[in-house]
Order: sequence, then C-alpha cells, then structure tokens
Amino acid sequence: MYMNILKIDKIEKYYGNKSSLTKAIDNISFSVDKGEFVAIMGASGSGKTTLLNSISTIDKVTSGHIYVEGEDITKLKGNELNAFRRDKLGFIFQDFNLLDTLTAYENIALSLSIKNVNYKEIDERIKKVAEELSIKHVLKKYPYQMSGGERQRVAAARAIITNPSIILADEPTGALDSKSSKMLLEKFNYLNQELDATILMVTHDAFTASYASRVIFIKDGKIFNEIIRGNDTRKAFFDKIIDVVTLLGGDLNDAL
Amino acid sequence: MLFKLSLKNIRKSFKDYAIYFFTLILGVAIFYVFNAIESQTVLLNVTATTRDIITLMTNMLSGVSVFVSLILGFLIIYASRFLIKRRNKEFGIYLTLGMSKRKISTILFIETLFIGIISLFVGIFIGAILSQVMSLLVANMFEADMTKFTFIFSKSACIKTLLYFSIMYLIVMIFNVINISRCKLIDLINHSKKTEKVKLKNPILCIIIFIIAIIMLVYAYYKVTIDVESLSTPDKIFIPIILGCISTFLIFWSLSGLILKIVKSIKGLYYRGLNSFILKQISSKINTTVVSMTIICLMLFVTICVLSSSLSIKNSMSANLEELAPVDIALTKTRNITAEKAQEYGYNTAYIEDSFLPITDSLSKLDFDVSKYLKDMVTVHYYVDEALTVEKTLGSYYEETKKTLPFLTYNMPEEIVTVSEYNEVAKLYGNETFTLDEDEYIIIADYDSMIEVRNEALKRNTPITLLGKTYYPKYSECQNGFIAISSNHINAGIIIVPDSAVDDSLLERESLIANYKASDDTGRKNIEEVIINLANHPYISSTNLEASTKLSIYESSVGLGAMVTFIGLYLGIIFLISSAAILALKELSESTDNIDRYKMLRKLGVEERMLNKALFMQIFIFFIFPLILAIIHSIFGIEFCKFILETFGDKEMTKSITMTAIFLVVIYGGYFLITYYSSKNIIRNR
Ligand SMILES: Nc1ncnc2c1ncn2[C@@H]1O[C@H](COP(=O)(O)OP(=O)(O)O)[C@@H](O)[C@H]1O
Ligand SMILES: [Mg+2]
Repeated sequence: MYMNILKIDKIEKYYGNKSSLTKAIDNISFSVDKGEFVAIMGASGSGKTTLLNSISTIDKVTSGHIYVEGEDITKLKGNELNAFRRDKLGFIFQDFNLLDTLTAYENIALSLSIKNVNYKEIDERIKKVAEELSIKHVLKKYPYQMSGGERQRVAAARAIITNPSIILADEPTGALDSKSSKMLLEKFNYLNQELDATILMVTHDAFTASYASRVIFIKDGKIFNEIIRGNDTRKAFFDKIIDVVTLLGGDLNDAL
Repeated sequence: MLFKLSLKNIRKSFKDYAIYFFTLILGVAIFYVFNAIESQTVLLNVTATTRDIITLMTNMLSGVSVFVSLILGFLIIYASRFLIKRRNKEFGIYLTLGMSKRKISTILFIETLFIGIISLFVGIFIGAILSQVMSLLVANMFEADMTKFTFIFSKSACIKTLLYFSIMYLIVMIFNVINISRCKLIDLINHSKKTEKVKLKNPILCIIIFIIAIIMLVYAYYKVTIDVESLSTPDKIFIPIILGCISTFLIFWSLSGLILKIVKSIKGLYYRGLNSFILKQISSKINTTVVSMTIICLMLFVTICVLSSSLSIKNSMSANLEELAPVDIALTKTRNITAEKAQEYGYNTAYIEDSFLPITDSLSKLDFDVSKYLKDMVTVHYYVDEALTVEKTLGSYYEETKKTLPFLTYNMPEEIVTVSEYNEVAKLYGNETFTLDEDEYIIIADYDSMIEVRNEALKRNTPITLLGKTYYPKYSECQNGFIAISSNHINAGIIIVPDSAVDDSLLERESLIANYKASDDTGRKNIEEVIINLANHPYISSTNLEASTKLSIYESSVGLGAMVTFIGLYLGIIFLISSAAILALKELSESTDNIDRYKMLRKLGVEERMLNKALFMQIFIFFIFPLILAIIHSIFGIEFCKFILETFGDKEMTKSITMTAIFLVVIYGGYFLITYYSSKNIIRNR
C-alpha cells in the first residue's frame, strides 16, 4: 500500500525584513513514503537546516503546508507542537545531542518517560534497541565518556525508540571520522531496512548521502535535482551523486 | 566605542541580572533606612530618657553598619564574579578579536560605574520612601505619638550611603581588573564546553557520614536545650556551635549522594517524566555547592533566631512591666549609717544625720508634699545581719553549689523583711500574703536560676539564726514575689521572718512604695516631673534617697527592647538578603548552562508545562533544602535564645515567629520567584 508519510506542499521561508530579505526556502514541494531513506544535499547556506527545522516545527514556514501522516502541522500551536514532536518525530543532530548530566541509558529512557511509558517497558525497549545499535557497552556511560560515534548511535537509539513516524537527522556524521560515520550509516540502513524506519537526513557529504535510497539536491532554497538509487550499488550511486554535485558547482565540503 | 559596548551590555544585563540589581538596590535602601533613623526621629515627641536611648541606638546602628557594609561588600564581589564567569565567552571573543585586556577592564569599569550609579540612585530613592514607614515603626516602638507626619530626607544618611557604597564599588572594580588580567584566553573560550563530571559518592560512606552528622547534631541540640544549664561559661557554647556547623556540612554532603542513590533505586519514580533529569540537575549542583549550601543554611538559621528573638524582646519587656512595676514609684534610702562606714566612704555629717530619718522626713526636707502627690503608701524596712550570708542560708548545700556555680557571691548578707510589712506590699501588688509561726521563715524570689539553688537548701530544711534565735523554712520552696519594682525578674531572694525576729539594730534600708495621686496619664507625668526636679533641690546632696519610677523603668526598658529589635532587624534582613542572593545568583549562573539542555528537551517534544515544572522543582529544591535544615536548627536555637532571654520574662514568641516567617516569605520567597522567572526567561530565549 502506498502512503505519503510526509508531504511538503509549496513551502516558503523568508528571513529578515523588507529591506533585506533572505528566501531561505523558495517554493519547495516533495513527498516521502513510509520506509524511505531520503537524503537532502546542498551547499552551506542552501536552506537545508531551515527545511528540516520547518518539518520539525522548530521553525514556522512563511507559506505553504507540511502534512505528516495527513495532518497539516503548520496549523499546530503551543503544546500541540510539543506533543507532535514527542509522538511523531525522532531527532539526531550534529552535536548537542545528549544531555550531559544523564547516562546513555537515562538519555534514551527520557524520550519514553516523557510519554509516560512505565519503567518495565522502558527497560525492555532500551535493551532491544541497544542490541540493534551495538551500544550495550556504553549504556552506563556519560556522554563525555563516549566517542563521537557512540554518542551519535545513542542519539539514534533515542530517536527511534519511540517508534516515530519520521527520523530527522541534521548532518549526523558532521562531527564524526570516516570509520564512525560508516558505522552510524550502516545502522541507519539497518533501521531503515529491518525496522522499516522512515529517515530524512540532511548532509553536504556525498558519501553520507550515498547510503540513502533517494537524494534531493537543493540550491538557493529551491529543489535543484533529485536522484533515486533504485537497484544501483552504493558505489554506483555515490558516483551519480558526485556527478550532480559537480553540476551544482564543486565540492560541497569546500563550500562549507 | 567602549562606552557604547558597556551601555549595550548593561541594557542586556537589566533583564538577565535582575537579581544583581535587586540585591544592590535592596542593600542600598536598607543601608539608607537604618542610617536615616536619627534624622527620622528628630521630630518625634519623646522624653529625654527616650531621646538618649535613640541616640545610643543610632550610634550602635552606625557601628553595625560597618559590619553590614563588609557583608554587602563581600556579596557584591561574589555577585560580580559570578556575572563575569557567565560572560567568559563574550570576553573570550573580544580577546580573539584583538581587544586588549586593558580595554576589557575598561568596559567592566564603565559597567560597574553605571550599575553603581543606577543602583545608588534607585536604592536611595526607595530607601527614602521606606524610611517614612520606618518613622512610624520607630514612633510605635518607642510609644511616642507622631504629632504630625512630615517627609524627611536624611542628607547625612544619603552621604554615608554614597560613601560606603562607592568604596564597595571601587573594590569591586579593582577585583574585576585583577580577575581579567589573570585569566587566559583558552580558559575563557573553553569555559562553556566544560561539562562537570557527576561524581557518585560511595553510598555506604554517605550513610555512615550521615549517621555521624545526625548524632553530632542531636548532641548539639541536646546541649543547647535540655542540658543548657551545663553551658555555665561562655566558651562552652562554642562546642555545640562548631558541632552544628560541621554536621550541617556533613548532612548536605552525604544527602546529596544519598538522595540520588535512593531515588535512583526506585526505578518507577526515577524514570517517570523528567524526574531523572531534575534529579541529576540538582545532585550535580549539590555536589559542587555543599559549602555554599552550608553557609546559606547557617546564615538563615542565624537570621531566624535573631529576628524572632529580637522581635519578641520588646513585647516581653512590655508584658513584664505590667507585672513587675505595679506601682508608680519606689523611693529607697540606706538607713542608720554607722560611724565607721561614714568614715570609710567619707560621708559628711549632714549625710549621716539624714540617714537616721525616715523617708517621709527626707522628702519634706526636699519640700516634697507627700500627701499632695502620693497615695497607697507602704513602707518596708530591710534588715541585714552581717553574719547571715547567702552561704549560711544555703547551709549544707553550700559546698555543692560552690563547685557548680563558682561565680555566685556567697559572702553577701541576706536581706530580711518582716512578714507584716511584706504582706502590706504584697497586698498592694496583688501578690500572695503569708502567715508565719514564731520559728518559721520564707524566702521570696522570682529569679529562676537562684530559686533552683535556694529550693534545694529549703528542701534540706536549712535553719537560719537571727539575734540568737533559730528559724526553719515554712515551705520547701521559694515563694513567688518581689518588693523592688524593676523591668525584669531579678529578685534573687528576700527572707521573710516573724515581726519579732528583728530589731532596729539590724536596720539597713527603707523603701517607700506608692502610687501617684493622679487620675490620668497627664497627672502622673506632672508628678513625675516634680520627682525629676527634686534633683535640683539643694538638700539632695545631703541625702542618699533614690527614686525609681515606673515611667522611667518603662521608658528605658522599652527603649532597650526597641534598640535590640532594630539592630536585630537590620542584621537579620541583611543576612537574609545575602543568603538569598547568593543562592539566586548561583542558580542563575547555572541557568546559562541549562539553556542547551532545555533546548534539547524542547526538541524532544517535552511540553512547556513540564519544562517549567522541572525548572521550578530544580530551583525550589535548591532553595528549600537549606531552609528546612535552618528551620530545624532554629527550633532548638530559639529554645536556647529563650533561655538566654529568660530574665526578660515572657516566653511567648508566637507573634515574633510569625513576623519572622513573614520576612522570610517575602524576602527569601521574593528571591526564589525572581530566580525562577529569570531562569525561565533565560531558558526561553534561544
Ligand atoms: N535565523 C535566521 N535569520 C536570518 N537568516 C537566516 C536564519 N537562519 C538561516 N538564515 C539564512 O537562511 C539561509 C539558509 O540557511 P540554512 O538553512 O541554515 O542553511 P544550511 O543548513 O543549508 O547551511 C542562509 O542564507 C542563512 O543565512
Ligand atoms: Mg545547516
């Protein structure tokens, strides 16, 4: 059965006032199906974070609509927004991912305890997810005692444990070395393929994007191109991405 | 440029540092109010006695002000250090931009100057308004009638406040400059990245320490309440005080570890809502702030005790007077001065002659018309037998008492009064009267500590000998009563004997007790004037006649009470402000670190209500912890204060404790709320 879990309909986002106007997002529309792994690529300043923040309701769009599971989230207000984030979204960010005062276990538990899940269930679900993301050995550690890769995997665990409709990731590999990046992305693949999680990931890195099933390129707030992996190998997909990046105008890494 | 930057910073500070401004303004205002009392009371319609006491009081208040300014100075330095810490990153950026340390110091200098000027201006303005209320309070305390209300601005208090606070601000500026010149760029920039380790303490060690602390505390409590009599010398009181301080520290130290451990073990509770987050927030802080918690707790404790006992002194004094000064006047003179004594003290003949006259005769020589001014007259004669000393009346109990109470004077002769004369006085005072058999005596006393000693001797049926005849106690306890009017329970014992037991050879003193022949206050005041004017009569140098009047006792004791109350209020409020401000600043400086944490919680979808509740709980627990322990300390502390204040009589403190609670709620609660709302503000802005 075909189902649009996320539908973005002609959204625009302006910053600033009349004298200096920035169109951070300029009429973007696309949809994400359930179980898709979508990467959004673009140079620094192209509007990726703004797009993600709009979807996550951290920022309000200037015009247009965003539907999550058929519900227009641009119409939500106050505590509805918080409830929406709590119940429908999972977050993974480049940094400031985890609460420094809590252990990995407590960090993961928090996203369930704020939904009033009882302790027994919390414990069971954490054990399961820790197994899947290979973070069992760090559960008792504090963020400052973990490596960057472990921290991101803990963040991923926290994001998926609530069974969100969409997992949003903003430059999740941005602070990681290539080995840790690879490990995290493989876990993303696992979540996507084995657990049927829907992932929307923002990145400027072609390698990271090559793990996705679809890549959307944006430039100056507009959709520039879109490629689908289909049955390509990851390597072949990577090459295709590089082609588009060259078309976009050079290495995005340098642009950062 | 620098000027502009400073101004911009201050404008930002107004919102962020509400607490800092609030404290400075409050400090300035309080300082002004208490130093303006003298000017405020100039127009009060009071007697000379009261005026003297007010002068004494203002002198003492200005002495206390030096101490207060020390406390406030420390507080301001502490506060500004916190604020600088909060801005380390900002300074780091200035430095990386190539601004010199000198320039940063200049920015800080200008800021402090501005903050100083604004707080002084506003503080004195508020102080001037508050001191009008203070005038009313002073008038009420000294029971003076405010003839008319005039707005008074005390120039001298204003100048003094300006001077003292300028010095304080100057010291702060110097401190800031030293601080800046010593810090390294790398520390400034890295500051915000430092995450504090949450050190977990060994729970067993915590439990052991906790138990030790409780035992120490209970012992200290026991010492100052049940076993209070054993604190006979002032240095012994230091033991429970030191024990109390140490145990307070240990309790906070061990509790911070224990509470986390306990709640954590109740998984259902720990993993509910934001509980784990709140608890970690608190415990991570308690770990590092045990010392300041201890200091705050002890300061609150002192505040509560000082406020509640100083506020009760005046009440208890007034209440005492009704009972202890039931008549208007008591005139006393030493009688029948012997030739040897006269030589010893160098008395002249007129003086000796006068001592052989009864009081009424001396009064007529002073041209004082007894029948015109006095009524309800009762004459009491005190007899003394040099051989009958305190040592003798204690009998076999003397040896024991000498050991436990070495400071008592035992070789002093006892004062003896006949039963019929005593009964006359008792009737006039409305006290109990007595009858005695030929070989009986009674001791009349109302000074608790002395009563205890004497009771033991009476229980042992200790006999006394007077003029060759022996007498035995009629009762095994002292009887309540007194003869001399006073403001306190100070009658250490008068021996009442049958009329036949004494004769004129033992006569030592005579007392004339009476009421004024007047029907209203004005009449009584007029007669009081006549009595005071006797001091100008030429005959006064030839007599040892002394008068103590209800009115003068009343005024001086009310004045004394008021004085203690004001000094207590002053210190209490300053202490309260200091401890609350320290807590608030600490909490606020943490809030900056919390911005990111709360931001993340918001992203996780925690509802605003839940966030606010978490913030509230976090700050509330931080404020309530030291307060609870301070209140427990105070329960025993106040008991001890009551013991010390015993001579002032009235042990009823409900009213003053209520007043103290109001002060606590308003000032401490005010700081709590400001802290909460400022923190909410800090975590709200992104
Ligand atoms: N809060 C803001 N106020 C004004 N302009 C902003 C704000 N946030 C982002 N922008 C602008 O919007 C554009 C897109 O920014 P962003 O979405 O952060 O880019 P990306 O994440 O792709 O690097 C940029 O030009 C940026 O300057
Ligand atoms: Mg970005």
